[in-house]
Amino acid sequence: MHQPPAEHVHWLFATGFLLLGLFLLAEAVVGPEVWRRRPWRPYLWPSFAFGLGVLMWPVMVFFTSSTVHMLAHGAWAQVMMLAGASELALARGRVTHWAWRLCTPFAFIVSGGAFLLHEQNQWFFQRSSFLHHFLGWLLLLGAVFPLARALRPRWVVANAGFALVFLVIAVALFSDRDLAPIFGHLSPLAGTPHR
Amino acid sequence: MSSQPIIERLEERVAARDLTWRSLGVSLIGPLTALAGVTWAIVQPYRVTLLHPRGEGFWWLFVEPPLLVILAGVAFHLLVARPLVEDLEKD
Repeated sequence: MHQPPAEHVHWLFATGFLLLGLFLLAEAVVGPEVWRRRPWRPYLWPSFAFGLGVLMWPVMVFFTSSTVHMLAHGAWAQVMMLAGASELALARGRVTHWAWRLCTPFAFIVSGGAFLLHEQNQWFFQRSSFLHHFLGWLLLLGAVFPLARALRPRWVVANAGFALVFLVIAVALFSDRDLAPIFGHLSPLAGTPHR
Repeated sequence: MSSQPIIERLEERVAARDLTWRSLGVSLIGPLTALAGVTWAIVQPYRVTLLHPRGEGFWWLFVEPPLLVILAGVAFHLLVARPLVEDLEKD
């Protein structure tokens, strides 16, 4: 079996982020007491985030189109595992200091920075360029939600906003194509779109 | 006459209504996600390669974004939302 095209990997990750967003949205709707009523549920989204971080390593290893891409994928893998592991430890009670909650906004800021730094083309060069800029700014600005959640864990707006950021990430990743126009713009330097 | 029993009854009714809305909200997340996937498949049928394959390889036939969205919605509804609604209804 040959290596999947990059866009397929983005779509598979989009499914993971979609599920992550749905878990968080459900938690925001029912509140933490009901969410924790079954022992496995508090571990659901942190283990999912950790797993997505682990799965990012093969992406880093096999998709080496450029050094900067490899470094960005490596940075995502590390911070997603950090955020997932710290939230798992908090859920388990292994760590209790509130500052551990700052690992998630830190992951957002590093991920957003990596998106913006490794995209070398302008917003409307092609769709994937647009999505890199969009996702970078979404994560940088969206870091306000995990930050608010770290400071006020029961604030519904922060929890719902946190979930919605993941849902928007999923939509953006599902929209990704290796080569496609964005709002009618496609640079002639980008190449010819395939099916 | 004390107004305490009336206030308690009103509070109970507000809490019950709040629970109903929460149950409804959680129950709708999965079906709405699946519906989004179905709508996407109808609006952009070319994103479902299985509908009209032209000799594509494994990945083009395995990874179908609208079907993945439907699958995520159904899995969420069956595995997460249903037990969550049961827990809410126990209240």
